[in-house]
Amino acid sequence: MAWVWFHRFGSPPYLYRVAGRLTPWFAWPALVLCLTGVVWGLGFSPPDYRQGDGWRILLVHVPCAFLSMEVFVAMAISAAVGLIWRMKAAHAVAASCATLGASFTVVTLGTGMLWGKPMWGTYWAWDPRLTSELLLLFLYLGYIGLRSGFDDTARADRASAVLAIVGVVDVPIIYYSVVWWNSLHQGSKLIGEGGIAAPSMWVPVVITIVGFELYFIALLLIRVRGEILRRERNASWVAEALGLVPPAPPAVGSGSASAPISGPTAGPKPAAIHPAYRGSSPA
Amino acid sequence: MSAEQRQAAVTGPEGGPAGAAGPAGAAGPAGLVGVAGPERLPDRSASETPAAPAGPAGPVGAALALMQRDLRVALRRPGDTLQPLGFFVVVTTLFPLALQPEMSLLRDIAPAALWVGALLASLLALDLLFREDAQDGTLEQLALCGQPLTGLLLAKTAVHWLLTGLPLVLIAPLAAGALGASGGAIPGILESLLLGTVTLSLIGAVGAGLTMGIKRNGSLLALLVLPLAVPVLIFGARATQLAIAGESLAAPLYLLGAMAVLAVTLAPWAVAAAVRIGLE
Repeated sequence: MAWVWFHRFGSPPYLYRVAGRLTPWFAWPALVLCLTGVVWGLGFSPPDYRQGDGWRILLVHVPCAFLSMEVFVAMAISAAVGLIWRMKAAHAVAASCATLGASFTVVTLGTGMLWGKPMWGTYWAWDPRLTSELLLLFLYLGYIGLRSGFDDTARADRASAVLAIVGVVDVPIIYYSVVWWNSLHQGSKLIGEGGIAAPSMWVPVVITIVGFELYFIALLLIRVRGEILRRERNASWVAEALGLVPPAPPAVGSGSASAPISGPTAGPKPAAIHPAYRGSSPA
Repeated sequence: MSAEQRQAAVTGPEGGPAGAAGPAGAAGPAGLVGVAGPERLPDRSASETPAAPAGPAGPVGAALALMQRDLRVALRRPGDTLQPLGFFVVVTTLFPLALQPEMSLLRDIAPAALWVGALLASLLALDLLFREDAQDGTLEQLALCGQPLTGLLLAKTAVHWLLTGLPLVLIAPLAAGALGASGGAIPGILESLLLGTVTLSLIGAVGAGLTMGIKRNGSLLALLVLPLAVPVLIFGARATQLAIAGESLAAPLYLLGAMAVLAVTLAPWAVAAAVRIGLE
């Protein structure tokens, strides 16, 4: 079955383990790339002939701007996967994306404003890209607000998934309407004529872009693990994975921890949960 | 039948009501009441909906019956329906009061005043769309009655637009005139608001469906709906601005029309999905 690998990710214990194993593979390269790009960009690149030293803000601003939009798409895709295949793990990924995307959007807006003050002489201009970024932040906040409105995680998952899909259909429309509404500013060209031209400047920016992407994936993996733990806090495999129970009887322990597809784990609980753990589980 | 039983009946067939009530819906009469399953619609609706509405069978008949019923319910209580209209008039009146009553200035801000007023009024009116029908169980019956929920909710939204969007469009020339727009601008204002309010109603229906299951949802609804409605605001205000300036407003009108078509085509699916989730 070619799709077994895909359905495996629907199993929270499997995703939890895989995410834990993958995290360092993204986190360390992210750290190395970000440090390389930032040290190179701040220490060794020349100032821009128009922007002076101000272009160095782009080392953070551009990666965050890329991510703020990518994360929304990633959120919508995983929400759609969760809605279509009823995959709880995909909903956990979507839920984890929201705050990360909102944070990247805030950082993009903040660094953009800091960049705008010396370049344009004002913190805020009703530039299409600033405005659409702000609207993207509102969409993220609406998504987060809708999630927090429901007490029941399963309903929050599905309602917010519908919103994410509607949002991802509307984001290009919003973007182009804002562009046509106020198309006074330069096109989005980062590298080359009109952007930053020298390789000693754009190479560090590209390095930080890649570094930030990996950083996002590492953060997402960590958050997904946390989200899975929160959702599955009453499942027996969680107690085992966290070492909260003494080594379980082999039948139950190996069954739920290593079976590739163990299905919904919130089902009937095996009696293997240690009383001590049961008492300390969060409400 | 108790509310718990009704709840169980709704959450039972996860795959949607069509599977559960499909054969009955296909074989039964066209109306909603006859195929509503083991229980009847609640009293209020039952007394107001004809038991076997005449007209075409199938989803279209069901949608027409629902529109008839919604219109009748709304016309029994015209006060609720007129509130958004009054709100629109008051908001557009506030702009001259907050600024100076200079006609040249007012003419400049008239598009903004009209469209922000229309946007807020349509937001305010969303409360009327699903709230009561969700509370008294009518929406559950619609979901169970065997007819496609997408079409039924499109019908509901259409009635909602007829009752709250259309009056707003009709009164807009008056408001625009008070803000200094000349008579020549009226056709353009009517056209742009006509197309724009359709899209606003449909986007709003998605938001209303999503927040249906949440208790205090007023500001959340605004947070969800307003960013999605920005394109309508931009091109609607642009069209109105061009109309007041006496220029050709074809370009923004086409875009408004495209958005209206897109919303009519896609939004009902999202509304149906949202309402299904809200009913659980």
